[in-house]
Amino acid sequence: MIVTVNGESREIPAGTTVEQLVAQLTAAPSGVAAAVNGQVLPRRTWASTPLADRDEVEVVTAVQGG
Amino acid sequence: MNDAWKLADRELTSRLIVGTGGVQSLDVLGKVLAASGTELTTVAMRRINPAGEGSLLGVIQRAGVGVLPNTAGCHTAAEALLVARLAREALGTGWVKLEVIADDTTLLPDPVELLDAAQQLVADGFTVLPYTNDDPVLALRLEEAGCAAVMPLGAPIGSGLGIRNPHNIAMIVERASVPVILDAGIGTASDAALAMELGCDGVLVASAITRAADPELMAVAIKLAVEAGRAAYQAGRIPRRWHAVASSPMAGQVLT
Repeated sequence: MIVTVNGESREIPAGTTVEQLVAQLTAAPSGVAAAVNGQVLPRRTWASTPLADRDEVEVVTAVQGG
Repeated sequence: MNDAWKLADRELTSRLIVGTGGVQSLDVLGKVLAASGTELTTVAMRRINPAGEGSLLGVIQRAGVGVLPNTAGCHTAAEALLVARLAREALGTGWVKLEVIADDTTLLPDPVELLDAAQQLVADGFTVLPYTNDDPVLALRLEEAGCAAVMPLGAPIGSGLGIRNPHNIAMIVERASVPVILDAGIGTASDAALAMELGCDGVLVASAITRAADPELMAVAIKLAVEAGRAAYQAGRIPRRWHAVASSPMAGQVLT
């Protein structure tokens, strides 16, 4: 299935969870947040949240900024 | 001189908040944070870059400084809400420096979207520190909305133009019952001193420190300026007069 991750299309196997997707982007154990279709998902729910086709996912962290 | 102050539920000693934007390296950031004596520093939230360098949060934690996420780059209340909620989840803090800008040329706050975002974030339990125009009316509206402080600009972000309208800043201070933190426009130490002399409770500085030729030394300079300006405000300056007032006694003067 196809999902949009941080603005870019990505093909992932059906049933991929938020946790599995985030792990493809970063190994950071903290300091990362994810939203699916505009809803922020607490980290503790990532492993039990499968993504659906066409989901729009944002995965963010802190960077330098005023 | 014990001059602690309270920002929301946090007791602070330093009145300087340092923004991490524009710093050349994490090594320099560590030095700047230490030299500035700050207890709170801002970060932005951005899409994760798998090739990103080292840990910004690690440097901030090792410096013993609290982290204040911002919503930089957001143009609407809806965007700001999402970024604030992502920051709360990523960083474990309900504090947010709320920025909702009107356009990318001026980076000036959009007052309508800003107030809307502030109201919604307060309702969602956030401690909201809004970056606002130097508008005394809007500052009061933000306070009424439940913001924990107001952060009026001295001049546009990164411009280094100092405080363009000291009268408005003084009026915001006069009427506010939440802390006033001068945010944006500081170019050098004297600008930070002026902000404090006008009665601001604190100053937020990013570019003036991080983009200085020697960021660590400028952090020291601005730290001292904030302390000096605060002391001068407390000491009470003399009134401005049109004509001279002799400081030496007139009596006993030698006459020829």
